[in-house]
Amino acid sequence: MAFESLASRLADTFKKLRGRGKLSEKDINQGLREVRLALLEADVNFKVVREFIANVRERCLDAEVLESLTPAQQVIKIVHQELISLLGGRTHPLDISGPPPAVIALYGLQGSGKTTTAGKLALQLKKSGRRVLLVSCDVYRPAAQKQLEVVAGMAGVSFFTLSDRVSPEVIAKKGVEKAVESAHNVVILDTAGRLQIDDEMMDEARRIKEATLPRERLLVVDAMTGQEACQVAEEFDRVVDITGVVLTKLDSDARGGAALSIAKVTGKPIKFASLGEKLEDFQVFHPDRMASRILGMGDVLTLIEKAEAAFDQQKVAQMEEKLRRKQFTLEDFMDQMKEVKKMGSFGDLIRMIPGFARAQVDVDFDPKELARVEAIINSMTPEERQNPDIISGSRRRRIARGSGTTVQEVNRLLKQFFQARKMLFQMGSSDKRLGRLRLF
Amino acid sequence: MGLFQKLKQGLARTSNNIRSKIQSIFQPGALTDEFLDELEAVLIQADVGVEATTALIDSLREESRGKSFETVEDLYRTMAEEVAGIFASIDAPLKVAGQGPTVYTMVGVNGSGKTTTIAKLAHRYTSQNKKVVLAAADTFRAAAGDQLEVWAKRTGADLVRHSHGSDPGAVAFDAARAAIARKADLLLVDTAGRLHTKKNLMEELKKVIRVISREIPGAPHEVILVIDGTTGQNGLIQARVFARAVDITGLCITKLDGSSKGGIAVAIASELGIPVKLVGVGEQASDLRDFDARGFAHSLFGIDQVEC
Repeated sequence: MAFESLASRLADTFKKLRGRGKLSEKDINQGLREVRLALLEADVNFKVVREFIANVRERCLDAEVLESLTPAQQVIKIVHQELISLLGGRTHPLDISGPPPAVIALYGLQGSGKTTTAGKLALQLKKSGRRVLLVSCDVYRPAAQKQLEVVAGMAGVSFFTLSDRVSPEVIAKKGVEKAVESAHNVVILDTAGRLQIDDEMMDEARRIKEATLPRERLLVVDAMTGQEACQVAEEFDRVVDITGVVLTKLDSDARGGAALSIAKVTGKPIKFASLGEKLEDFQVFHPDRMASRILGMGDVLTLIEKAEAAFDQQKVAQMEEKLRRKQFTLEDFMDQMKEVKKMGSFGDLIRMIPGFARAQVDVDFDPKELARVEAIINSMTPEERQNPDIISGSRRRRIARGSGTTVQEVNRLLKQFFQARKMLFQMGSSDKRLGRLRLF
Repeated sequence: MGLFQKLKQGLARTSNNIRSKIQSIFQPGALTDEFLDELEAVLIQADVGVEATTALIDSLREESRGKSFETVEDLYRTMAEEVAGIFASIDAPLKVAGQGPTVYTMVGVNGSGKTTTIAKLAHRYTSQNKKVVLAAADTFRAAAGDQLEVWAKRTGADLVRHSHGSDPGAVAFDAARAAIARKADLLLVDTAGRLHTKKNLMEELKKVIRVISREIPGAPHEVILVIDGTTGQNGLIQARVFARAVDITGLCITKLDGSSKGGIAVAIASELGIPVKLVGVGEQASDLRDFDARGFAHSLFGIDQVEC
C-alpha cells in the first residue's frame, strides 16, 4: 500500500525476521528497500535516493544496528538523522545585513508561488520592523504586476513597477534606486516564472541579478514537484547562484521530497516554508520536521506548537486536574471540541500524527455538526451534563426535541462521549508529556 | 516547431545520461536484472511512480520470456505501446453539447495553469469563429480576474466577472445565463486554485458545478483537472480527491515544454481511469494540443516519433 507510514512498513519488514537472532546484511537490504520506496513515493529524486541509500546502508551495517533488539527503529533513526543533515541540519536565517537596501530576488518556475511568497515575506519583514518595497519584474504574465500590487496592499507595504514594455532588469534597478530615495531598507524582487531550459529567460534572470546584486536569491519551489526538482534547482543555481529555497504549498499533503533533492544537488539551505493561502501562513523552515514528513512519520512538533498556541493554558491545567480526578463531563467534552476547532482543520491535525500522514480529508469537522452538538448539550439539564450516565431513554427524547435533533443524533453524541471518556481515563495515568495531546 | 520536437528538446539534456547507460548495458536476448533496474529508473524519473512502474516492468518481464529484443529501441517501443495502451483504452475526445453552449470548467491546485489553459482554449475556439464566454470564477487570487480580462481582450472572448472576493457560484450563474442569452458556443469557467486538502474549498467547487448544471442541462460537459507537468506523486492524490468531489472528465497536463515528462498522468490513467485530454506546451496562446497517447508515451522514453 502506497503512502503508508515508513515506520510501520519497516516494522513489518523486520517483524518477519524476529526470533532469528542477529540481522544479516541481507535483512538490512530488505529494510532499506522499504526506505527507498518511501523516499521515491515522497518524490525524492531517483539519483539522490540511490546515493542516500548507499550512505545509510554503510551506517546500518554497523554492529550496533545489526545486534539491536529494535532494528526497525534503529534504521529509521539513522535515516531520519541523515535526512535532517542533508536538509541543512538547522534553520538558516535570511541574510539582509550590509548597507541598505538589502535586495531579495525570488526566482522559480511558473506557478510555483513567487508572487504570493513575495507578499508573505514582505509581511514578515514588515512585522520585524523593516520598510519593505515590493517590485514586480514580471512583464509577461497578464496582470502579474497588478497581482503583486494588490498583494502589497494586503501586506501593507510599498509597491513599485514600470510599464510592461520596460525590461525586467531595468525595472529591478529602478526599484532599488527608488528604495534608496524613499528610505526602504528591504527590496523584494518578484520575477516572472521561467523554465530552467529557456535560455533567453534564464539569461534575463542573470541580468536581473547583475543589475541589482541581491543579497538573497531565493528559489521558490512547489512542494508537490516531482523528479524534475533536481534539474530545476541545479540550473537556477548555476545561472544565478541561489542562496536558499522557499518551499511552497506545504499545506497540501505532498511529502515534499523535492526539498531533499534540492538540498542535495545545490547544497543550499531551505529557508522558508509556505503553508496556506493567508499572508501569515509563512514559517522558517525546520529540517527535522521536513525529514519526518518525507518519511511519512507525521509532525508531532508542529502539532504540539499549534496546540500550545491555540489552547487556553489555564483550561488545559484545569483539564489535567480533572482527568487526574477522573472527572470528565459533557461540558468538558464541548470545551475540548471548541479548543480543537480553534487549531484549524481537524484533517490537517490528524495528518500530523505519526501513522496518519495520509489520512483522508473526510474526517474534517463539519462546522454545522459542532453547532448541533452544542444544541444537544445545551438542551440538557445541568445535572445531565455533569453526570451523563443518568440520561435515560425518555431524557434522550426530551433532549432531541429540545435541540431540534433526533434521538439517533443524541445517541451518537453520547456514544462518542463515553468512548472519549474511556480513552481519556486510560491515558490519564500515562505519560505526563502527552498531557496536552491526550484530548484528541 | 512540432510538439515532440519541443518535448524532446527539453528532454535531451536530462535523458541522455540514462539513455547512454541503458544503451551500454543492453544485451540482445535476455533482460538482466541490472538492465531492468535501469529501465525502472527511466520511468521513475519521469514521475510515473513506483506502483505503475513496477507494473510496467513486470509485464515487460513476462513478455520478454516469449521473445527477445534486438535493440533498445525495440524494447522502448514495446514499453511505449504498453503505456499508450493504458491511455487508448480510456481515450475520449472533448465533449460538445448537442445544442446550447458547451461548458468546460477548469479545476486544480494553485499554480497548475488553469487560467492560461482557459486563455489557450479561448484562442483555439475564437480563431474558429466560435462565440466564447469566459467566467472568472476565481474571485480569490489577487488580480485573477484582471489576468482573464487581458486574455478576453486578446482573444475576443466575452468575460463575465464580479468583484474580488465575491461568490464564485454567483459568477458561474451569471456566466451561464450570459452564455445562453448571447447564444455562445462555448463557456469556459476558470476556478480558483485550491489544494485538495481544503475541504471547504472543495465544497465551494461542488457548488460552482451544481450551479452550472442547474442553469445549463447536461453541463459542464467537461470538468478538466489541470495538473502541472512537474508534479510528482502527489498528483495521483490530487486526482483522487478532486474526482471524489466533482466528476472529473479529463486531465490537462501543463508546462510540458520543460524537461518534465508528466509521467504522473500514467499513474492517474491506470489507477483512476481518467483520460488526458489536453497538454500545454508553451506560453503562447497557440501552445495547447489535444493529447496524443502514442506521442506522449514515446516521449517518456525519448523515442523519435514523427509528429502526428
